[in-house]
Amino acid sequence: MPELPKWGHSMNLITLSGLSMAFGGQTVLSQVDFSIKEGEIVTIVGPNGSGKSSLLRAIIGAEQPVKGSVTQAKGLRIGYVPQKLHIDPTLPMTVRRFLDIPKRVGRKAAEAALADAGVETLGERPLTGLSGGQFQRVLLARALLSNPQLLILDEATQGLDQPGSAAFYQRIEQIREERGCAVLMVSHELHVVMAASDRVICLNGHVCCEGRPEHVASAPEYRALFGTGTGGALALYRHEHSHSHDETCEHDHDHSHEAAE
Amino acid sequence: MSLFDDFMFRALLAGLGVAIAAAPLGCFVVWRRMAYFGDATAHAAILGVAIALAFDASVFVGVLGVSLVMAFAVSSLSNRGYAMDTLLGVMAHSALAVGLVAVSFLSGLRVDLMAYLFGDILLVTVTDLAIIGAGAVAVLVLISARWSSLLTATLNRDLAYAAGLNPAREQMVLTLALALIVAVAMKVVGVLLISALLIIPAAAARPLASTPERMAIFAAIIGCLASTSGLYASYQFDTPAGPSVVVAAGALFLISALIAPALRRRA
Repeated sequence: MPELPKWGHSMNLITLSGLSMAFGGQTVLSQVDFSIKEGEIVTIVGPNGSGKSSLLRAIIGAEQPVKGSVTQAKGLRIGYVPQKLHIDPTLPMTVRRFLDIPKRVGRKAAEAALADAGVETLGERPLTGLSGGQFQRVLLARALLSNPQLLILDEATQGLDQPGSAAFYQRIEQIREERGCAVLMVSHELHVVMAASDRVICLNGHVCCEGRPEHVASAPEYRALFGTGTGGALALYRHEHSHSHDETCEHDHDHSHEAAE
Repeated sequence: MSLFDDFMFRALLAGLGVAIAAAPLGCFVVWRRMAYFGDATAHAAILGVAIALAFDASVFVGVLGVSLVMAFAVSSLSNRGYAMDTLLGVMAHSALAVGLVAVSFLSGLRVDLMAYLFGDILLVTVTDLAIIGAGAVAVLVLISARWSSLLTATLNRDLAYAAGLNPAREQMVLTLALALIVAVAMKVVGVLLISALLIIPAAAARPLASTPERMAIFAAIIGCLASTSGLYASYQFDTPAGPSVVVAAGALFLISALIAPALRRRA
């Protein structure tokens, strides 16, 4: 894709209209309208059980909606980074071989993707021996290899410490800058993620509110769900945008715990 | 054609054919924890034998048909609220019992049940060889054509969906291949030991391999070694051929498990 401005392109990659999802007769999502455009970074926030994962699974086609529709742009290439990936110990898998899932890729492409994700040196290591942070980056590298138009991350930084996840999201922003791909992510780490987002959707069985991060953070619906603490953290973060993520991280440890509850 | 007149040579070819086809399939059975699934399919085969004999049809066709029905029944029942191992335990033993009862109704015919339970690889005919060969080739073609998709779906269902694949369809491919291998391998090791031929070589290959492909290749080599040495031992010591092959595979697994810690240290 050629160089594009940051967001706001006309083509919708994914459109959900009037989407409702249910499990065992229990409605988990109702009447969700949503779309994501080329090059846009959208974050979905919401408490546990708010239907965040169901929404992602509907988008990739893993679950069928009970009502409404999911429309993908023609020939859409999705790069998917799952929340966690259990590798059965009976399945031998090196990092390099894992990049060939689902399609084989050339050596150069594989090396470039590992470098993009910041794990150049891991190629021949077995997946089962990696640390949490290395594993997430390898999952990211694999997702990048399909040259995705849309990168989907489901709580991709679970189990990483604060500096680790801040660095991970910084990487995501960088990748969007370089490749112009849209990013859709679900996260608990509101302040870090929101700062890197063009648009935030607050979910709790339905869309509570959505808009630019600072708009959502000050919306009454959002505060009812998450309290007011995060608003301050976000403002602080915005204020110090020129500094590295790790520095900011020190200021808002407490807020993040509050937000994650 | 004089070589084919030798029963030991035909037995060896049959053993090698089944070992090679069972290797990659066995890897998937191990990775997906489907060991009981193979058992259930194989045990249902006895019912297939009974039906085939009752209707004077080909045993191969009867076994293939019942194995397919069984495999698809298990596949589609697996999402209905029973744990998979419970469900398979019920199905495997019920199918075997129904098969044994059904065979007892065929008292007019002389049914050598032992031959179906434990196989009679030394009685493999040239026709049997052709069926085993065709079945083995079909399984290998099926598995290698869908290798990447099968592997993706085995790794993680959501990764498969995101790549535009349908994990349910990949499950069906494996189910079909499993029914085929049961039908062709019954002659070689019998229904009670088919799972052994699937699982033991794959399990023995695991510590030696760093990628899925290497594990499948090592499993094939181990399966061939087990067939050859098992048949040789059977000839030397006059032991039953099918079980001897499985004993040889078990011994190879033991060796692999013993050298595994040393391999890990080196890596």
